[in-house]
Amino acid sequence: MEAAVFFVCALVVLAGAFGVVLARNPVHSALYLLTTLVGVAVLFLQLHAALVAAIQIVVYASAIVVLFLFVITLLGVDRHETLSEPHKFQRPAAVVFGLLVAVQIIVLAGRHWTTGTRPSDRAPLDPERTGNVERLARSLFTDYIWAFEITAVLLVIAVVGGVVLARRSGQRAGAPPPAPVDAVETVEQDA
Amino acid sequence: MIAATDITPTYYLVLATLLFTIGAVGLLVRRNTLVMFMCIELMLNAANLTFVAYARALNDISGQVIVFFTLVVAAAEVAVGLAIIVAIFRRRQDVTADDVDLLKG
Repeated sequence: MEAAVFFVCALVVLAGAFGVVLARNPVHSALYLLTTLVGVAVLFLQLHAALVAAIQIVVYASAIVVLFLFVITLLGVDRHETLSEPHKFQRPAAVVFGLLVAVQIIVLAGRHWTTGTRPSDRAPLDPERTGNVERLARSLFTDYIWAFEITAVLLVIAVVGGVVLARRSGQRAGAPPPAPVDAVETVEQDA
Repeated sequence: MIAATDITPTYYLVLATLLFTIGAVGLLVRRNTLVMFMCIELMLNAANLTFVAYARALNDISGQVIVFFTLVVAAAEVAVGLAIIVAIFRRRQDVTADDVDLLKG
């Protein structure tokens, strides 16, 4: 049973990943990304990480994919996607470098195990399959409390940065208006 | 035959490696910045899968805690990155990475 679920999910995950890379339309890419994220969430469930699977669905599959779709529809970038490749050797080189990365990971993972390969004698994560929220929370709010606080700061910075960047009035009072960069530059919107 | 296979952590690690590779190749191949962002998400998911697989293999909850931090960083990265894309699109009416090659505004 576990093997069947794993292989089906692995197929879904890899098909979704290929779809993200190969789809011409960004909307299709976002939907393939959703497929991959849900497949990974099921794999988390298989690995006795129920809460992580739930968070994966809530944060990734809902919030982040919806944010992607919002930006795609807001900008209307799905209309024109240039298929021509300006650099001739870009794609073969990219595939070669990607395979090189895979070989590197496999070689390193096969030789350098800093965590040790023997199974730990600690208690199993979730023996009853009832969720491990308590244990997770205890670890998060004791061992990792400083990392937790720092992520709070990071989120505040990200929110402020997002608002500042996406604001429409980007031009300051004293600064001269930016010169046109090329011929197809459109009219600047003065705020 | 498949149903009888014992799924060891190695299976999950191989899957994560494949997912990471696809994300890396996609990041290099694609020109649309939005799709490049999605490829980064693929790579982050591969890392998360590795963490959770090791958490299960070593019975260590820390692997699952770190996934939360990865999620927070991913959310922050997407929020700021998409804001940058929106700002670039306002100026250039395009989100192709090759066209944004000047550092002056």
